[in-house]
Amino acid sequence: MPVKENLIIESTGHGQPFDYAVGLYGSRFFSELRDKRRLLGVKCHKCGKVYVPPRRVCGDCFVEMTEFTEVGPKGVIGTFTILRYAFIDPETGEQKPVPYGYGFIRLDGAGTLFQHYISIEDESKIKIGARVEPVFSEERKGNVKDILYFRVIEGE
Amino acid sequence: MPKKRVAIVGTGQTYHKSHRPDVNGQELINEAVQRALKDADLTIKDIDAVVIGNMDHFEGINYVDCWSVDGSGGTMKPVIKLTTGGTTGSTLAIGGYHFVASGLFERVLIIGWEKNSESDTTGAITTAFDPVWDRLVFAGAISGLAAEAQAYMAKYGATEKDAARVSVRDRKHACNNPHAQLRREVTIEDVLASPMLADPIHLLDVCPRTDGACAVIMASEDCAEKITATPDWIWATANRHKYTYLGDVNWGELDSIAEASGEIYKKAGIREPGKEIDVIELYQPYSFAGIIWIEDLGLVERGKGAEYIWSGATDMGGELPVNPSGGVIACNPIGATGLIRCAEAALQVMGKAEARQVPDVNFALSTGFGGCMWTDVLLHGKKKPD
Repeated sequence: MPVKENLIIESTGHGQPFDYAVGLYGSRFFSELRDKRRLLGVKCHKCGKVYVPPRRVCGDCFVEMTEFTEVGPKGVIGTFTILRYAFIDPETGEQKPVPYGYGFIRLDGAGTLFQHYISIEDESKIKIGARVEPVFSEERKGNVKDILYFRVIEGE
Repeated sequence: MPKKRVAIVGTGQTYHKSHRPDVNGQELINEAVQRALKDADLTIKDIDAVVIGNMDHFEGINYVDCWSVDGSGGTMKPVIKLTTGGTTGSTLAIGGYHFVASGLFERVLIIGWEKNSESDTTGAITTAFDPVWDRLVFAGAISGLAAEAQAYMAKYGATEKDAARVSVRDRKHACNNPHAQLRREVTIEDVLASPMLADPIHLLDVCPRTDGACAVIMASEDCAEKITATPDWIWATANRHKYTYLGDVNWGELDSIAEASGEIYKKAGIREPGKEIDVIELYQPYSFAGIIWIEDLGLVERGKGAEYIWSGATDMGGELPVNPSGGVIACNPIGATGLIRCAEAALQVMGKAEARQVPDVNFALSTGFGGCMWTDVLLHGKKKPD
């Protein structure tokens, strides 16, 4: 299977036979991320909650959301763990790069948490409430890997 | 309201092991079914319908409702499959309850099973989560649970030692249960010295992967008391889902168990759950949940879970024993795990729990927990519901 530019799942250069739709809202999120390094949420007009990743329906209010709003790119660690046990990633067939930081990031302005890697160069800095910023990939394809990881920033 | 009151009249479990190469899935299922039929003194001819389930992706074999009929006893009977991730077993129980409560079926056989040895559990669990938004960093069940524990610890100051106390309790209780996979006592020091899997969860804080099956027979009020003198009456069931992605979760509190148990208490007229419930079989896949979720269940105030655990209240002989069976930390054939909680609660009410029996059980609670922090709850009682 040829590797396409927008592949979500790739195994060291090989594509997998899945073709997941991200929808119009997901496409908009990834286009902004790829082209402008901007992160988008969507706001519920009824309860005011800002969802990241953006999706069409607020589950609590069961209404369609249409108001896109920029969030982040900085934020704080909402919760996290550091994965230390080795296991095979079914996405790639390879061992996950343990240990790694698994962050749930509250991007500035967002009401939900965004999952991504956190750099664990200095583990003592990885705490709930710590300020973080994303490190973007130089070559962005329009998927979640356009952010390489988040890292703790100090002095803010 | 149910058209018919419903009771559990028999249960059967395999002797759960990490690896059962001596049987295939169908044969494992048959072991549990034969034991449940024997327990209820029924034959397969007495069964009107079968509700069965597991998590297909663990074995990579789909449609157990079809291929298991020789072992399940489902040949030429109505058979339906239910599968809801970690809650599969408890959902099977709730589904079976709905079958009988509707008045459409009188005696229903409910089967949950899993052969976790047949694949990679973490890899399989990953395929239950969103490929676009969840999977990049997701690392199986432990990663989400670790995030929950971190959030709770930051908010309420509980420690790894507090959690270890829960693991010590469940592993001790498991020694009384011949069906449990892991029956070895551990100390708090053992738990804290075991390898760190995902901060703050140590190896001895979490459940194993298990091969095993469980079967439960439910009957309507028209025949339950003819089948057994001590039926376990189902007083209420409830279930809640709340989140789509793991990033949506209100980490540190389990909203779904709080709401589901609230509904149960309301239906049964329970005002003080900590005093009115006599025993709980909690689907507690890791030790920290033993602290956090008893708060969400309304048994103790927010932030007081650890203190309650250290008091010994949830130990055998305490005021509200939790997991006399040893729970999920001692045994976890995933598609059966929730149904085992239900069966163990039934054994407590029926007075058939042998070495793990809690005296004078009038009300027992069993729960199920799954993936994106969802919950099933069942209330079991000795007395026939009003």
